[in-house]
Amino acid sequence: MSRRPVSRTMLLSLFAALITLILTGPLSGLVLNGYDFTTRFAAPLQIAAMVLILRFIAGLLPASWLAPKQKHEVEPRAPRFKTYQLVLGGLVLYLALASLVLFASKYWLAVGIMALIYVLLGLGLNVVVGFAGLLDLGFVGFYAVGAYGYALGHQYLGLGFWAAIPLAALLAGMFGMILGFPVLRMHGDYLAIVTLGFGEIIRLVLNNWMAFTGGPNGVDAPAPTFFGWEFKANVTQGGVPFHEVWGLEYSSGMLDAFIFLVLLAVVGLTLYAVSRLRGMPIGRAWEALREDEIACRSLGLNHVWTKLSAFAMGASIGGVAGVFFAASQGFVSPISFSFFESALVLAIVVLGGLGSVYGVILAALFLTLMPEVLREFADYRILIFGFAMVLIMIWRPRGIIQQRRPFFKRAGS
Amino acid sequence: MKKDEAILDLKNISVAYGQTKVLHGVSLHVMPGEIVTLIGSNGAGKTTLLKSLFATPSPYSGEIFFGGEDITVLPTHMVSRRGLSLVPEGRRIFPAMSVSENLAMGLVACTDKSHAGPTLKTIYELFPRLYERRDQRAGTLSGGEQQMLAIGRSMMAKPKLLLLDEPSLGLAPLIVKTIFTTLKQIAADGTTIFIVEQNANQALKLADRAYVLSNGAISLTGSGTELLSNEDVKKAYLGGH
Repeated sequence: MSRRPVSRTMLLSLFAALITLILTGPLSGLVLNGYDFTTRFAAPLQIAAMVLILRFIAGLLPASWLAPKQKHEVEPRAPRFKTYQLVLGGLVLYLALASLVLFASKYWLAVGIMALIYVLLGLGLNVVVGFAGLLDLGFVGFYAVGAYGYALGHQYLGLGFWAAIPLAALLAGMFGMILGFPVLRMHGDYLAIVTLGFGEIIRLVLNNWMAFTGGPNGVDAPAPTFFGWEFKANVTQGGVPFHEVWGLEYSSGMLDAFIFLVLLAVVGLTLYAVSRLRGMPIGRAWEALREDEIACRSLGLNHVWTKLSAFAMGASIGGVAGVFFAASQGFVSPISFSFFESALVLAIVVLGGLGSVYGVILAALFLTLMPEVLREFADYRILIFGFAMVLIMIWRPRGIIQQRRPFFKRAGS
Repeated sequence: MKKDEAILDLKNISVAYGQTKVLHGVSLHVMPGEIVTLIGSNGAGKTTLLKSLFATPSPYSGEIFFGGEDITVLPTHMVSRRGLSLVPEGRRIFPAMSVSENLAMGLVACTDKSHAGPTLKTIYELFPRLYERRDQRAGTLSGGEQQMLAIGRSMMAKPKLLLLDEPSLGLAPLIVKTIFTTLKQIAADGTTIFIVEQNANQALKLADRAYVLSNGAISLTGSGTELLSNEDVKKAYLGGH
């Protein structure tokens, strides 16, 4: 791919704008008025400006989108996007989604947070089930580890929200490895049953270890803070209230808005990391392991480490989701971590298309937003929800967005 | 490594799956630069012998030396990292991955990947078909192309010794010929090759030396041409012509 400097793009855009001016200027700038005409400068300039901007944006797109593909010699593919393009695109997308905070009610913010949590869970389980092909029915266990890690970490060690995120990721990752060891030799159905048991064990321990976890009574989770700002009406953690610092009227939606914004950023980073993993040796190793374990081992791949890393990576994403769950609910109890949650997350991954990152996001949004949208149908909403799932699986048996290999070209191109 | 020292040396190995004994005291060796073949009928223990090199399962008695080092109980992935690369029986390519990704998988065990570019080029030169189809799903390749891919994938690690398990399995005679010609070329470029084959005719024509495995023991050994003209071999493995 040839390099296309920004200055050259700018020049080209100016040129395009000039041509537009010449071509459309007389058409849009001259208004016939009887046998006379009057000139109007605003319209042609607006059109030219639009062309200028669009041409500039098009210039920033990677050359491969616009120009025919060059024939490649034997060499690694150039990345599709340059770093600054990714950063810019990510930032724009983030700001666009973040601006939802300004319009959404507290109710929709809470729904949005749950949707994003499920996106995160889906992305995590997708690493294990979609990439590595290890059917995990106990994923909720890692979610619980993250949530309780935050709540109990605060209760016993005084950990805050920001410390809890990486620690919960580590802790859940460790649990992932612990689960990974005994199931290394298992495949398919057997693996599913053992992981199912693992998820239940975690829930039962949380439920019955009264002295440590508070059992079915649950644990309070603190509200997150941001550099000492608290998003509550009254400070409880020795900070200053956010609304007083900024001279705003207190609203109970502020906390949700804050969690939404942080969660959105975390989802974005996870999405980037997970989609990059696909093209990296470790991601390729996971997929190869899914396809043929014997071939992998004959190539010298350490299947133990590869499997464990998939479990750990998926689990730590689940753990982070747990922290956000605890933070947004303000309270965790074992009831939230039933097998149904595992099934729902698995449904997200399968519905979205095994291994397809974007499909998982769509499915997560669909499966969490749909029951809310359908609330008006009251008694029938779960029924409609179920039907919708069945229909999707009939129409698109391999998921909403089927997995696309990152390095395939379309045939004939 | 000295030139006169065997690159692979199996010393009296016996292998069993649980209680079922498959190999009974097999000894064989491969010298650097040689093409050696092991022929034998179904169930003679050919594949088991290859598996035992990779400790799946390890022999219960006897020793395996590779490049002078005892690898008898080394874990599977460590064996490959020593420079022993297996083209598994039935090819076992990764069907959902592209051809080039399959080849990249051959590099997973290499800590030093600096040879990747030139090696890839060599492989594409050996198998131009793979280059044409480098972005195609490997599962859509024909049987012969898949075998080429499996060989190429194993070559990516620049192995000292290339092991092939039944490379002719399920392939048309003409394709088999092409593949064996390429193997000859690979050997000429300096890679030692050990082929386990049922297609004795082709394998013996190619090989410098050959072993015959029957009922879990070596029954005959000699140069490829010697065995080709051997009456017993003719009767048992070459269809008596």
